[in-house]
Amino acid sequence: MTTRISEKEVEHVARLARLALGPDDVKKMQGELEGILAFMATLEKLDTNGVPPTTHSIAMSVPLRADKPVQSLSRHEVLAAAAKSEAGAFAVPKVLDGE
Amino acid sequence: MLANDVLKKSASEIAAHVSKGDVSAVEVARASLAAIAKNDPKLHAFLYVDAEGALASATAVDRARAAGETLGPLAGVPVALKDNLCARGTPTTCASKILEGWIAPYDADVVTRLRAAGATLVGKANMDEFAMGSSNENSAYGNVHNPWDVTRAPGGSSGGSAAAVASGVAAVALGSDTGGSVRQPGSFTGTVAFKPTYGRVSRYGLIAFASSLDQIGPFTRTVRDAARVTRVISGHDGRDATSADLAVPDYEAALGRSPKGVRVGVVRSALAQGCDAAVQSAMLAAIETLRCLGCAIVDVELPTAEHAVSAYYIVAPAECSSNLARFDGMRYGPRAAGTDLTEVYGKTRATGFGPEVKRRIMLGTYVLSAGYYDAYYAKAQKARTLIARDYAKAFETCDLVLSPTSPSAAFPLGSRTKDPLAMYLADIYTLPPSLAGLPAINVPCGFDGELPVGLQLTGKAFDEEGVLALAHAYEQACSWKDRHPPIFG
Repeated sequence: MTTRISEKEVEHVARLARLALGPDDVKKMQGELEGILAFMATLEKLDTNGVPPTTHSIAMSVPLRADKPVQSLSRHEVLAAAAKSEAGAFAVPKVLDGE
Repeated sequence: MLANDVLKKSASEIAAHVSKGDVSAVEVARASLAAIAKNDPKLHAFLYVDAEGALASATAVDRARAAGETLGPLAGVPVALKDNLCARGTPTTCASKILEGWIAPYDADVVTRLRAAGATLVGKANMDEFAMGSSNENSAYGNVHNPWDVTRAPGGSSGGSAAAVASGVAAVALGSDTGGSVRQPGSFTGTVAFKPTYGRVSRYGLIAFASSLDQIGPFTRTVRDAARVTRVISGHDGRDATSADLAVPDYEAALGRSPKGVRVGVVRSALAQGCDAAVQSAMLAAIETLRCLGCAIVDVELPTAEHAVSAYYIVAPAECSSNLARFDGMRYGPRAAGTDLTEVYGKTRATGFGPEVKRRIMLGTYVLSAGYYDAYYAKAQKARTLIARDYAKAFETCDLVLSPTSPSAAFPLGSRTKDPLAMYLADIYTLPPSLAGLPAINVPCGFDGELPVGLQLTGKAFDEEGVLALAHAYEQACSWKDRHPPIFG
């Protein structure tokens, strides 16, 4: 049987998903995803020629609401949940290199 | 009346007693809180009990009655909320470490509506982490036990909500159903569990798992209560872009409809294989009961339904990988230490999410990644279209489709945790209606030994009335609702 997902691909996907996986995690994840993807391969047998993909299970038009400002949460309430805040803003690790 | 007995009553009866003054809302709230204190060490159905909030809202109901006001349809009724529903001022974790300590700063739309109806919100119910699971064993805070047999799973992902209602500590609980997370635990715990049509109930304040599938629904012990709660929580909400702008009918009024002449579709092949013998015989008996009630039983086919598990476990993880990207330790939840931003993100998420959530994020990221999108995601969305077409065709000759809710009664805790796929297959009957966005209900229909078995009735989009009316007629023709688990009240 062909391998559907290699350990290298698992590492790549983990990077995309921002999940720090250790070598053992990668190995275990590879085996589990392999099994799940093999099961999903049954879908290949389904003839979907000319079938449009579902974008919304219940047909509806895009709703628009009046462009009126409404009360939002206060800055205090929002920042209360953050691991770190400073000077009325979220404090996050440095994003850019340099000073 | 004795306050202890009140917990054995349905929500509709409790609201009537509170409105008449036979019992106060505070007495009911105290009885519920005492029952939780007594039973929860055995069940672990709750992650947070809000005694203060419950007594405060019950007091407000009693004051309103004393002032001569007309009380709401859920006056004084104890209600549990799945822990992915925001209720202002209460911890909301989705049973995940990544939201440990987060206090919801606002009410979900359903919570606003429950409060307006006079409900007493007693606490937050345990669940599979981020609603991903079919046994409640994926909670980061320990699993829930089934009140019928504490060595068995209560189902998932709304297992705490189901156990709370089955054990009688709350007359109502809300859950969320993405691929069966209300109906399947309903089946495992012998409760009425209803997923309305996608869009019927606002998702505002429901922490998202898979947005094209998520729908909030009630657990109750009677179909009448399900009708009442569904009416309370339904309705248009501009804060959810997929909320249906349709009038909400009086679902309880629809319960008076006769089942005579209702056409019930049965997929014979799905009954012949894929479910346990006890489930199969319960279904055949239920079909006979419906026939005796005057229903016309017709054979229908749902040929694409066999692909529902594959399609669902592509679409739902894809959406979850996107929705759960917001949990990065910056705006809420704990933050891991690291030398740079990428490391902080990676460690925060690796330590904050449990194994099943990580598995689904990985699966979802993979199927959406370059080179695989068409083979998996686009293919699954096309399968979804075919499943919806199957139902449309079936509904040319029938009004509702009957199936088991789950292929088995409650399985033992620990029996499927090693194999993710075996767990996914617990959802084979609940996934097709989810993928098509249709309303579907679990109604208790028998027992496998001492464990409840449930049947699922699926209706046309926005025909909640038809689903509830037939479920009610069936429930009234049987005595299953009068049987209670060993842990009750």
